[in-house]
Amino acid sequence: MAEAPAVGVPVDVRLFEMGFVQHVPHNRALGLRFLACEAGGEVVVELPYRPELVGNPDTGVIHGGAITALLDATCGAAVFVKMSVFAPIATLDLRIDYLKPSPAGSPVRAKAHCYRLTRHVAFARAVAYGDDEADPIASAAATFMLFTKGRSGVVPNERGGP
Amino acid sequence: MSGGGFFEALARAKRGGDCGALTEAIPYARFLGVRAERIAGELLCRLAYAPDLVGNTALPALHGGVLGALLESAAVVHLLWEVDSLVLPKTITITVDYLRSAGPVDTFARGRVTRLGRRIATVQTEAWQDDRQKPVATAVAHLLLTPVEGAAAGGGGRGP
Repeated sequence: MAEAPAVGVPVDVRLFEMGFVQHVPHNRALGLRFLACEAGGEVVVELPYRPELVGNPDTGVIHGGAITALLDATCGAAVFVKMSVFAPIATLDLRIDYLKPSPAGSPVRAKAHCYRLTRHVAFARAVAYGDDEADPIASAAATFMLFTKGRSGVVPNERGGP
Repeated sequence: MSGGGFFEALARAKRGGDCGALTEAIPYARFLGVRAERIAGELLCRLAYAPDLVGNTALPALHGGVLGALLESAAVVHLLWEVDSLVLPKTITITVDYLRSAGPVDTFARGRVTRLGRRIATVQTEAWQDDRQKPVATAVAHLLLTPVEGAAAGGGGRGP
């Protein structure tokens, strides 16, 4: 696979930060906050604790689904940062390992990094954590299809592949 | 939740055959708009479309995290419903494959328990919209089964 032509830090992280919440309704619904884009391309996003995100009311632990959405969004953000251009992307697959329960009453942060970007596909990893990044709640690996808007014109071949 | 707590709400839902009460007892399921329903004799999770669920406004398409959350909820709901003794399933891993973009309409999900051990269950789930033959996403989840009896004996029905 060929390398994508544009690789690097985003043109304007602040613009991206606004778009991440304002132009993605579900990120806004979750109350996601774009905290940082580090020099190495790592993106940090925070999911504030809210009672309506809880899975088990007896323990107050946030539902895995909300962590899934946080990790997916953060991996996607890391891919955007690496692409350095705004282009539609779509998650191809997402694997999440839940390592321990999230702390009740506390926000959860996710840090993601796009570690490989090709012309059509991006690969990202992320961890979700409470206070301590070294003691994560969950880890994730995701792949994304790039430039997905509209039809590509590719017709499935006889074997049914892309 | 006042009164008997989460486990009792789940036990009540199972006893009464009221699958909708299962998802009603889970705050996040209400937030997302996921409800367990019996449709043509089959237990399905329905994610009611709402503009808040969109990830890509240009298409528009549902947020990938929303579909992952629906599939994970479906795995838990089907396990809660199909296992005779009351257990608290905790997701260990979930792997989601996104097959098509999901449009701004209701999405359905169904789980199938493919392995039920004493400690671990494996559930395959799929989600579709208008055409069941064209799933928008599928997932495999491995869940840890924690017996509720033990937890209740240990201290007032609190979760482990």
